[in-house]
Amino acid sequence: MSLEYGPAQLLPGDKIAISTDTSTEPFWQMAKEKKLTACQCAKCGHFRMPPTPYCPECQSREMNWPELPGTATVFSFAICTRSPYSGEPLIYVPVVVDLDGAPGARLVSNLVGIDAEKVEIGMKVKVDWNPIQDGWLLPVFRPV
Amino acid sequence: MVWINQDRCAIVGVGATDYYVRGQSHPRTINDMVGEAILKACDDAGISVKQIDGFAYYSGAQMGYGDKADTASLMEMLGIPEVKFTAALTSGGGGAAGAVGLATAAIMNEDATHVVTVMALQQYKQRLGTVFGASAPSPENSFLQPSGLVGPGHLMSVLARRHMHLYGTTRDAFAEIVISQRENALNREGAMRRTPLTKEEYFASPMLADPLCRLDFCLETDGAVAWITTSTERARDLKQKPVLIHAAAHGGQREWGRAFAWMGMPDPHFGSSGHKPIGDRLWQQSGLKPADMDVALIYDHFSAMVLMQLEDYGFCEKGEGNDFVLSGAIRYKGGSIPVNTHGGQLSEAYIIGATHTREAVEQLRGVAVNQVDDAEFALVTGGPASLPVSGCILRRA
Repeated sequence: MSLEYGPAQLLPGDKIAISTDTSTEPFWQMAKEKKLTACQCAKCGHFRMPPTPYCPECQSREMNWPELPGTATVFSFAICTRSPYSGEPLIYVPVVVDLDGAPGARLVSNLVGIDAEKVEIGMKVKVDWNPIQDGWLLPVFRPV
Repeated sequence: MVWINQDRCAIVGVGATDYYVRGQSHPRTINDMVGEAILKACDDAGISVKQIDGFAYYSGAQMGYGDKADTASLMEMLGIPEVKFTAALTSGGGGAAGAVGLATAAIMNEDATHVVTVMALQQYKQRLGTVFGASAPSPENSFLQPSGLVGPGHLMSVLARRHMHLYGTTRDAFAEIVISQRENALNREGAMRRTPLTKEEYFASPMLADPLCRLDFCLETDGAVAWITTSTERARDLKQKPVLIHAAAHGGQREWGRAFAWMGMPDPHFGSSGHKPIGDRLWQQSGLKPADMDVALIYDHFSAMVLMQLEDYGFCEKGEGNDFVLSGAIRYKGGSIPVNTHGGQLSEAYIIGATHTREAVEQLRGVAVNQVDDAEFALVTGGPASLPVSGCILRRA
């Protein structure tokens, strides 16, 4: 059965806030420069997201923040039908993506620039940026 | 290795308030409902509330997701003279079925003699369905909440999608779970949804988070449920036939972790319920197997998670939940493992899993509305969610 939803919408950036801490701040500072990164252990190379103070593999506190290619693969997704802010009808597509260049690291984001019913697990996507509150940029994804 | 506490403690009383549509318990207070459930459980057991000397909560003693039980306040309110054990399993509804293990720990350690477990939910100020969107984003959930996955149903639809992708699972199976449980609620007094549901009506239900439609989501209700645990020895002198705690486990693996609050789970954990380690421990503790269960009270916050738990507990192979469910296996009438014979959280009421323990007790006393013939063993599970998740096997005395 295939339902027709039409274009997957961007969520309104002026409604979206984030907060940061010492562990997560570098991710968001690089995002402000439109650079997608993920937290990498500087000792063993293991990637982890969201960023946390310790590497779960080797317990090191040393971190790298490599600039990633910005491409990713859709791991799973949902098609949501109501605005999380107003409750009004709105089609948007939350996606879980595997980040290229950071094995094991995922982002939970949104997919835009495609009709929602055409989204598929395994499709290649690339990062774009949605301006949100307080001058931050939120990574979202579009089909390659 | 048989669990050393097997059958040494028992649930001896259960109590519940009426169940209300979300918000309609107002102007009752949460403590008013908690008190009613506890007093009714004591009355059912044939003990005085003053005999309660232990509290074994789950969900961090939160009552829903905005209220919290406080043992000292309950002691003042109910006149409980002394407490000797008060603790909670951490996180949320995942611990619902494991709280009997915590109560067993209190009793077998000889800290307390009569332990109460209680859960209450009142969604007057904040709906549970959108709870995550209502909170200010922490640094951690700043990696989740901006995606617009604001409710538990949104989050679990992403897991359901992966399961469908990997194993060919269909919405027909979700429909069968919802429809079979609705049938079980038809004669359940106090159930929220007691009209028959057709497959056509299911597929006409609006999509809230494709692949899950509104009818895949559990109810939003208010109410309270409590039960009393004591030693099996003491239980013999009480009013009811005791229901033995045969096995109990809570916990889980890092690969599941915070689950859909994280979304980092590798396959096959992603399209699962996180319950496999719990199932493995329960079968090991008891020496039983899934086929030995007479009835299963499976935490059904969302229909798809029932299917994944059936796989994780080994009622069928991983990835075969679709065909298993569609074979009629979970039906009260004619099924090999009747599931949620009270209608469950999809059709009876949602009190964060506590209603399932109530139903297990009724089944094993032989007084359930949809009584399974000669029921001896009941499996009860907690909600697939951030760890711990939990399960228990209860046994007829």
